[in-house]
Amino acid sequence: MSKNVKLMQGNEACVEGALAAGMRFYAGYPITPSTEVAELSSLKLPQVGGKFIQMEDEIGGMAATIGASLAGLKSMTATSGPGFSLKQENLGYACMAEVPCVIVNVQRGGPSTGLPTSPSQGDVMQAKWGTHGDHPMIALTPSSVKETFDLTVKAFNFAEKFRTPVILLLDEVVAHMRERTEIPDQSEIEVIDRKKPQKDLDTYNPYKVVDDTLVPPMAAYGEGYRFHVTGLSHDVTGFPSNDGVIAKNLLNRLMDKVNDNMDELSIYENYKMEDAEIAIVAYGSTARSAKSAVDAAREEGIKVGLFRPMTIWPFLANQVKELDNKVNNIIVAEMNLGQYSLEVERVCKSANVIHYGKINGELITPNEILSKIKEVL
Amino acid sequence: MSSELINKYFRMNKLPHIWCPGCGHGILMHSIVKAIDNLGLNKDDVCIVSGIGCSSRAPGYMDFNTLHTTHGRALAFATGIKLANPKLEVIVISGDGDSSAIGGNHLIHAARRNIGITTVIFNNSIYGMTGGQYSPTTPTGDKGTTAPYGNIDNNFDLCRLAEAAGATYTARSTAYHANMLIKQVENGIKNKGFSLIEAISVCPTYYGRKNKKGDSVKMMEYLRDAGINVNKAKNMSSEELADKIVIGEFNNISKPEYTDQYQNIINRLQGER
Repeated sequence: MSKNVKLMQGNEACVEGALAAGMRFYAGYPITPSTEVAELSSLKLPQVGGKFIQMEDEIGGMAATIGASLAGLKSMTATSGPGFSLKQENLGYACMAEVPCVIVNVQRGGPSTGLPTSPSQGDVMQAKWGTHGDHPMIALTPSSVKETFDLTVKAFNFAEKFRTPVILLLDEVVAHMRERTEIPDQSEIEVIDRKKPQKDLDTYNPYKVVDDTLVPPMAAYGEGYRFHVTGLSHDVTGFPSNDGVIAKNLLNRLMDKVNDNMDELSIYENYKMEDAEIAIVAYGSTARSAKSAVDAAREEGIKVGLFRPMTIWPFLANQVKELDNKVNNIIVAEMNLGQYSLEVERVCKSANVIHYGKINGELITPNEILSKIKEVL
Repeated sequence: MSSELINKYFRMNKLPHIWCPGCGHGILMHSIVKAIDNLGLNKDDVCIVSGIGCSSRAPGYMDFNTLHTTHGRALAFATGIKLANPKLEVIVISGDGDSSAIGGNHLIHAARRNIGITTVIFNNSIYGMTGGQYSPTTPTGDKGTTAPYGNIDNNFDLCRLAEAAGATYTARSTAYHANMLIKQVENGIKNKGFSLIEAISVCPTYYGRKNKKGDSVKMMEYLRDAGINVNKAKNMSSEELADKIVIGEFNNISKPEYTDQYQNIINRLQGER
């Protein structure tokens, strides 16, 4: 059988992955450098009976994405830094109301309108804490075009399984880079759909846990359940409650449904870490430079390895603790002033955590990381 | 009759509602339910969406598919619902601030698309839930807690705004003119495209008290006396209409509906296969 091999960019792979995962709705507002995600969605969705809408603003894009998910469709929106900020209001709503959806953020230089066409990894903390209040967050970050396809499928699967918004954090390099990409056959792709309630219309509570997963089954509007959804603190029936115990228990369940599944959610790669004395921590396009730097350093006999988190949230504390036990120096390379590095520092008790950042809109090169490795030696 | 409606369409365990004594919103909510009953809609096919504010608490009491969203965003959520499942009869309940201040952009664009959503704006001329601040429909010169010296903003005519933006059905009535409102909501639902019905409410607690409009009865009497039918108003001068509320249907036209148009694209593409 001939393989389905294409030359495509990250943004295109994202849409292909989303369609393979079952996306049937997209609502968004165009913003550089994420526009190809909207463009390709508008082209492809009606071909499979899905819907695309270009909303009047980013806030509306996020709102319509949630509305469509409540009506039963797997939904996605895409944006970049400034648009991501606008989506935060309703991103919090999706966390609170437990509405599965995928939010793609192709990061660009910031703050504000910043560097629209330049790469950045400046939204790592915004992905975790951009909306208000305490809440869980799942965010994935790919390093290649193929991985963008795979992680977009994962993002939809996590969203559906855990009934929560999932963020796909791209950077401009991965989004616009074109690579040879092998698209797997649909039969080889694992697709997870949200758990539906049993057909017992009178007793359906949209927020009642019915098994050991902490994730309540989710009905769609129009299926006959007539349930209520709100962004207010609510009880198992979905109706608002000011009861402090109910509020606390709800928030704890939201946190636990993610935190209790770290094994499944932890996606990462250890590269040449077996005998490493120095560890590089890098993600997205920076991880590719880091990998080259590791290879170059190894040729010079320097024992260095790479830890590459693809799950950027929840933070992979256990894996970073292993690095802490193993090496004396951890270099965190990222296109910001130390957002992920601070998290690494937080869990490292013995290793020296060194941040290498770049914020001029240029990607971090292998040579720059190699120089940093030699500085640490 | 009313009690039958209550049993049939309301979530009895969520009543009584939280609205202040004398508030007009209960009458408006009843009018929507009465319109749904008159049209014989199936409850499972109706989806009621609201934003934030006094009016936006209504869906919680109503036994349909219901969604209480973020401030101003009801129409954007509703757009996603309607496009995802066009079979649903989507009704948005929104306040004056919710729909025309923070949600103004979503309002004009929902109207522009002519998407099949019926929006009923509960206009009490004030921000009630946050304690009486002026809204985009507070008459110029009137007071609010953030307009202690009188509001200098010009106020919106929501029906003209929606019509100019593309709404295919626009109408206005008041809490006093409840029977007219029922008919308008029916016609709005029957309209295939975007419908906007502005329902003038009374807020004796904040708007009434701040502006010395008297109690609820007094405010309802004002609605009765100020309401002028659109046909009669056509022959009146702007001076004569100064303190009047023009009520009735402003436009009711036919234009292609958004979800139909999108379905045409899907059908065309799938037919080509």
